[in-house]
Amino acid sequence: MQAERARRRPWQPRIEARPAPSPAWRWLSPLVAALLTVAGVAAVFLALGKDPLEGLSVFFLNPLRDGYAIAELLLKATPLALIAAGLAVGFRANVWNIGAEGQFVVGAIAATGLALAAHDSGAAWLLPAMFVAGALGGAAWAAIPALLKTRFNASEILVSLMLVYVAQLGASWLVHGPWQDPAGFNFPQTVMFEEAALLPLLLEGTRLNLAFPVAIGALIAAWVFMQRSFAGFQMQVAGQAEAAARYAGFPVARAVWIGMLAGGAAAGLAGMAEVAGPMGQLTEHVSNQYGFAAIIVAFVGRLHPAGIGLASLLMALLYIGGEQAQQYLNLPSSISKVFQGMLLFFLLGADVFVQYRLRLRAPRLAG
Amino acid sequence: MENGLLAAILFATVVAGTPLVVAALGELVAERAGVLNLGVEGMMAVGAVAGFAAAHTWGSAPAGVGAGLLAGAGMSAIFAFLALTLTANQVAAGLALSIFGVGLSAFVGKAWESESLAAVPATRIPLLADLPLLGPALFSHQWLVYVSWLLIAAVAWFLSRSRAGLVLRAVGESPASAHAIGHPVLRIRWLATLFGGAMAGVAGAFLSVFHTPLWAEGMVAGKGWIALALVVFATWRPLRAAFGAYLFGGVMVAQLFLQGSGLQIEIPSQFLSALPYLATVIVLVAISRNRQKIRLNSPVSLGQPWRPDA
Repeated sequence: MQAERARRRPWQPRIEARPAPSPAWRWLSPLVAALLTVAGVAAVFLALGKDPLEGLSVFFLNPLRDGYAIAELLLKATPLALIAAGLAVGFRANVWNIGAEGQFVVGAIAATGLALAAHDSGAAWLLPAMFVAGALGGAAWAAIPALLKTRFNASEILVSLMLVYVAQLGASWLVHGPWQDPAGFNFPQTVMFEEAALLPLLLEGTRLNLAFPVAIGALIAAWVFMQRSFAGFQMQVAGQAEAAARYAGFPVARAVWIGMLAGGAAAGLAGMAEVAGPMGQLTEHVSNQYGFAAIIVAFVGRLHPAGIGLASLLMALLYIGGEQAQQYLNLPSSISKVFQGMLLFFLLGADVFVQYRLRLRAPRLAG
Repeated sequence: MENGLLAAILFATVVAGTPLVVAALGELVAERAGVLNLGVEGMMAVGAVAGFAAAHTWGSAPAGVGAGLLAGAGMSAIFAFLALTLTANQVAAGLALSIFGVGLSAFVGKAWESESLAAVPATRIPLLADLPLLGPALFSHQWLVYVSWLLIAAVAWFLSRSRAGLVLRAVGESPASAHAIGHPVLRIRWLATLFGGAMAGVAGAFLSVFHTPLWAEGMVAGKGWIALALVVFATWRPLRAAFGAYLFGGVMVAQLFLQGSGLQIEIPSQFLSALPYLATVIVLVAISRNRQKIRLNSPVSLGQPWRPDA
């Protein structure tokens, strides 16, 4: 049958396994995916009957037009890089924490709780304590799927995801109920935080704040852990060959715990940075889907901290592009989610060339 | 409890369980062929939008179901191309599909956000509908509910009694052996995946065309993920999946009845709304803790890429 098909279509392209994964393609494929996404953005605008050049400039140039815009881009990239750095630790060990969205919300709730409890105190310890509360809140939320995975073998994917909805409903209850701003005209939100509970700005005239260097620190910490520590090495082995890891006596359950807690703490920190940063209060829609977008960032960044830094900038570009598309092109801002998903599709597709190569096969002799 | 209320609760339970059972059966077939598609939530969301748009445009509920089916299948084709043809990581490709689908449905659905549809009338099954309690509870539904019952029977029969079902299960257990005896593994996995997507799309259309005839962003609200959990709960068996789906339907209905009962209970609505998600976690734990059972029942090659020449 093979030969039959070859006769009919002599130069049919085939994909063949490479003898070894191609290191070049490992780096090329995110780049290819990014370029294909740009092409995809243009194609979508064309299909929508909009000028593709205008669409491209709204998505990829507008967010870079001046210093303030670039500061906004870095502000947007901060939670994405922070969460993705934590998630990558787990993903490398095949620990699939998909609930960063919920851990983000719980981190935001924990930090808000402190800010509200100490309101008007002006205490200097408040902000550092909120950092700790955010990280602990996110880690505690991630500890639930970790515990249920290690003790009861329950899928961490589904458990962490279910807890996203629970966390969102919890935040909704708080801002509609006990934590609602009494002077807020019944809006579902808390009071604005006092000065001592807000992250200091880095640059006057922008909204870029202290969370940005924190995210960079998290990327460096993730790099040190993954590339330089024995525990990080063990986790990678656990991810690539669980049986081998078991045989070598590497604790697989510990990989689950470290992976989940790293992701949870990072997401919780990002949640804290959102309420103590650009928002200045807790609302129902605090997360803006950063937890899900960070999954894409982690993959597009090749689960490597440097790659994650770059990928978070690209994703932030798509986020802001969506807001700009709403403003200038009268399109729903959810268009950015479409492009974000597209980016991951293209990456997964381009990744085929890491393991395989395309061959235009000459016709085989009939036989 | 008075009969009328009990019948109403049972009726609502069946309605709430229907999208779950349809989506779960589709995913179950895909998983039995060894394909783990985590994109159910996204496929349902796109199916819901497509179904609503078609039903609204042509004023026809069947057109909505057809559009949901095609949209779900189309979405799953993206997954199948990446995960089966290009052997991408199935977990990553499925997640991508969910993120993409939820985003796409929000984007496309914006145009339909303020529209609504005429409700699809119930079809009373003659004679049976006149039974006390069971009549109003089971036999006075919209027609897609009855179709879902046929689907349960068909999938159960297909997997356990038909030759094609046997081949599909063989592909899920051992693709290499199935390939060796001449079965087209990739094609079978593609078809199973398309079927899973089509069913997720129909489940989405049930939500937006039959259950609440409108489209709202976020209306799928995790039902796709619950359907995935149901497959584990069911240990990959169709009848157990149906049982689980109605059990969950019951939990969803219980929280709605509690919210609307005016029983003067001081429980915030958000706590009640969280019940189905918490129930999913509890059920997953209860079923997964028996590792032996999971290992014996889950398709051996689940989630593993396979290529004929690899």
